[in-house]
Amino acid sequence: MIDVRNVTKSFGDFGALKGVSLHVDKGDVVAILGPSGSGKTTLLRCINFLEIADEGTMEFDGETFNMHSISRKDIGRLRRKTAFVFQNYNLFLNKTVLQNVTEGLIIARRMPKEAAEKKAIAALKKVDMADRLDSYPSQLSGGQQQRVAIARALAAEPEIIYFDEPTSALDPELIGEVLAVMRNLAEEGMTMLVVTHEMNFARNVSSKVVFMENGTVIEASDSKSFFENPKEERTKLFIQSIQAGRE
Amino acid sequence: MNERVLQILIDSFMKILMAGIRVTIPLAVLSFLFALVISVLVAVVQYANIKGLKQFCRFYIWIIRGTPILVQLYLVFYGLPSVGIVLPAFPAAVMCFAINEGAYMAESMRAALEAVPKGQLEAGFCVGMSYWQIMRRIILPQAFRTAFPSLSNSFISMIKGTSMASTITVSEMIRQTQIINGRVYQSLALYLEVGFIYLIFCTVLTWMQNWGEKKLNVYGGTK
Repeated sequence: MIDVRNVTKSFGDFGALKGVSLHVDKGDVVAILGPSGSGKTTLLRCINFLEIADEGTMEFDGETFNMHSISRKDIGRLRRKTAFVFQNYNLFLNKTVLQNVTEGLIIARRMPKEAAEKKAIAALKKVDMADRLDSYPSQLSGGQQQRVAIARALAAEPEIIYFDEPTSALDPELIGEVLAVMRNLAEEGMTMLVVTHEMNFARNVSSKVVFMENGTVIEASDSKSFFENPKEERTKLFIQSIQAGRE
Repeated sequence: MNERVLQILIDSFMKILMAGIRVTIPLAVLSFLFALVISVLVAVVQYANIKGLKQFCRFYIWIIRGTPILVQLYLVFYGLPSVGIVLPAFPAAVMCFAINEGAYMAESMRAALEAVPKGQLEAGFCVGMSYWQIMRRIILPQAFRTAFPSLSNSFISMIKGTSMASTITVSEMIRQTQIINGRVYQSLALYLEVGFIYLIFCTVLTWMQNWGEKKLNVYGGTK
């Protein structure tokens, strides 16, 4: 469904991505792992054009785009097929829970208000937030805000949802409720590309793992062989250190 | 206080108050509304980094903040007629106050726009909205809330600033007081009186500001 080839991105002298390729099939849950500063988030932001890559091509549903020179119109078109969940939620602070979900549907997709609200409430039910329709983001916990953000993503009926460290800003107690929602989505067959530090999620929920360091992909494989039978030395070291941390 | 002074105060009170209600307040409200429009445009042009226009806006702010309001009033009212542009005193005053205060308010608005978290824009993009849709529906409303106290400040300061219009013959409260004082020579009593009326106006505005801030507080602070 998505095939990204040879993405590079520099910030000044710092090479954040040095030729990264990535493949996602429909129904895949791909976890992107790696230490801080490895380029995971930059990759995800380039894939959704929040950053414009220096080089790279993307194939999406059979169409090929140059990731550096893609037109604004094509970016808009691709974004309508995708959704993005941010580390710090980024709910619209001046909108209620319900409005946060309907805003994109009504304004960007020109959906009638009633239809948008119906769809929004269905999405909010899925994340168990339908009882807080009139609350503002400032009245919600981080976990609740992130669940609303996931509902906002779902309501757009995207072909893929990108998650950028969706639990990293949360209190330990609130991580579980967000992961549970994501696990449900995965079981329903939603295609997801998830930058995460949650090893349990990568191991038990995701179907594929991409391990990055210093702006390159070290190893990419299905998650079972990644954790049980890693090929690269660096990957082995990474998995050992996680296990050591848990003991 | 002797009876004569007391009688002067009572006689003049309604005259000065009426000048306030008929001239000072409309002058301030009109000027403020135009200044608000100017400030939003100037701030958005800078925030959105529109080439060319942005430089023009910086130039405008530089000129206006760097010259006294009195100079601006005199130029428009006494200067422009010599190149054939004659404006009545009241519109000339509205124009000057709007352009003058607009420059200051534009800076408050710009700071408020920049205080809106960057993620708001990105989230808008990701749900498919265009830059200007996000600006109008997400960023500007949040910026208004942040700017509200300093915009209120500008309005209160404008109420008193309109006294400058007395220098170009607008018969607002100060000019009314000067006219009365010219007849009765009671500067101490009369200027205390007009000061008191300004104080009442500004007190009411401060209440309105507090009320407005409570209203706007409904969705909590921005973080």
